[in-house]
Amino acid sequence: MSVPLGLRIALTHLSHRRRQTIMSMLGVALGVAFFVAVSSLMRGSEQDFIKRLIDSSPHITVSDEFRQPSEQPVMTAYAGGAIALRSLKPKTERRGIRGYKEKLAFIVALPGVRVAPVLTGQAILTFAGKEQALTLNSIIPSQMAGVSDIDEKIVAGTLDAVAANPNGIIIGRGLARKLFLGMGDNVSVSAQTGQVRTMKIVGLFSTGATAVDEGQAFVLLKRAQAMFERTGRANRLIIQLDDPYAAADVARVIEQRIAYRSESWQEAQQSLMSVLLIRNVIMYSVVSAILVVASFGIFNVISTVVLEKRRDVAILKSIGFHARDVRRIFLVQGVLIGALGSTFGVAIGYGLIAVLSAITVQTPELTEPINMPMYWGIDQVLLAAGFAVLSAAGAAYIPARRAGRVHPVEILRGGMA
Amino acid sequence: MTEVLRAENLTRVLPGEVPVPLVRGVSLSIRRGEFVCIQGPSGSGKSSLLYLLGLLDVPTSGKVWLDGVDTSAFGEDQLAQVRLEKLGFVFQFHFLLAEFTVLENVVLPMAKLGRLPAIEQRRRAEALLVEFGLADHMAKHPDQLSGGQRQRVAIARALANEPLVILADEPTGNLDTAASRMVQETLKTAVRAGNKTVVTVTHDPEFARAGDRMIRIVDGRVVDAGESDGGEAGVVDADGGDRAR
Repeated sequence: MSVPLGLRIALTHLSHRRRQTIMSMLGVALGVAFFVAVSSLMRGSEQDFIKRLIDSSPHITVSDEFRQPSEQPVMTAYAGGAIALRSLKPKTERRGIRGYKEKLAFIVALPGVRVAPVLTGQAILTFAGKEQALTLNSIIPSQMAGVSDIDEKIVAGTLDAVAANPNGIIIGRGLARKLFLGMGDNVSVSAQTGQVRTMKIVGLFSTGATAVDEGQAFVLLKRAQAMFERTGRANRLIIQLDDPYAAADVARVIEQRIAYRSESWQEAQQSLMSVLLIRNVIMYSVVSAILVVASFGIFNVISTVVLEKRRDVAILKSIGFHARDVRRIFLVQGVLIGALGSTFGVAIGYGLIAVLSAITVQTPELTEPINMPMYWGIDQVLLAAGFAVLSAAGAAYIPARRAGRVHPVEILRGGMA
Repeated sequence: MTEVLRAENLTRVLPGEVPVPLVRGVSLSIRRGEFVCIQGPSGSGKSSLLYLLGLLDVPTSGKVWLDGVDTSAFGEDQLAQVRLEKLGFVFQFHFLLAEFTVLENVVLPMAKLGRLPAIEQRRRAEALLVEFGLADHMAKHPDQLSGGQRQRVAIARALANEPLVILADEPTGNLDTAASRMVQETLKTAVRAGNKTVVTVTHDPEFARAGDRMIRIVDGRVVDAGESDGGEAGVVDADGGDRAR
């Protein structure tokens, strides 16, 4: 297949200005490479962050509080009446979700939903004279396994061990290290109510997050209900969904039915999600600026070529080339630089991603080193390459238009000029 | 012989604070197969007239008829298309594309026109170059050729699309006597073999004598239409008076 004439002329112009062509291509390539690498890092970290968020926290949490205070009976009885209530003292209730088992039954009947009750409270763990405040999560192991990946984080023992041994407790490896605890050790656990139990360590978990590994523990729900004096109550219903992104809708349905506040992970992390959005806007602005700068290089090269090739343009026009043919020749040169630069840039970008993904990071907050989270998706490549080619075409357009306007007689009169 | 090119009251004024008239009310008629030389002192408007006749420049007023068609209402694209299909240009400087080979330079107009398949374009370009004694230079670049050879390549390129008219602006102006004679012969051969019309601007008296007709131009006006118009065509002044005869 023969190469179209305009493309051949464009290729000839570029190949005869090899150094400038390579330099401008390199500019685009570096721009695209940084775009891809930075975008990959940012999106990778964002996805990792959201995944951790989704994995480590419930998709929906039903808590023992209401979004709106419940209406007083007098208001219902005399709706529309001129009623003023002053110094109202609401009825004192035991904290926790009332009738949580019925509510569980409703929730579990929803499609793609798994739910587990949790009673959370503060406690002090004492061992060998050392004390450690921790959050006691009281669970039903069989149900907890369906809504949490905590059983995957167990590094010694099993989650079911707390069911087998009602006085069993599972603590984080961080806490175990801190207090020199090991499997089978007995510890003293005091609840806020003043109840104290001696519990046996039947499992160790490790999430990698120091705050969790040193500050959380799991015990059997019934044992905790007794310790916290909340028999028959749970203060949270933890819900996991097959589709985590449906959490907001499902939470709305649950709250409408059971009235207790149902908070999706998106709602709980709203401020963080906004921060991520702002971060993305900043990131794309910065990496796009690199490509815009690179396109100035293309503008320079094509402008120079147009200036140098004014005589050739005059010849082509005298032969019978239309102004649009001439414009196309120079526009094609810009697009070629953009396309080739993008191709190399994508290759360099993926190389950078590979290098970055091999880097491990260890921060004081993490108990284990992690790899830099990178995003390998093709969409960022298409975005970078598309933007680069468009910038290149835009940069070439002005000199190409100028070339199209060259009046052949002015040049031909000038002879060899 | 049928009329192929006709100028009607052509005027070209360069705009500016002080407008500069280049061509003033020129009317003339050129027939198919004629070899017409335009002569005149430097700055008399010879080249400007040639560019107007070749549709490279647009007159301030007046009309150019090519092959019986009035081109005055044509836009830039239409003029370019007419140049591609019906006109061929040879300039004082060869004006070949330096990055392309001799063969590619000759193929260029045919490739743009796209009437012939690529293989035929190449075959025709080779035939033209062989005819002009450039068989051994096809793969060379223009800078590897002598001035005369380059000018012959330019003539071959001008003939590539079998134009009705070849317009040449001092084609021998930059050549020595031998090369000049060769270019002159090449142009004459082209006229004879292909029944082409040649309109050339020249300073060279010998070259001018070789033509069928000589038009003299002074200060943008035609002052002499030459001796060989055969009574039918010639130069008509701005007032319509038949001054040439």
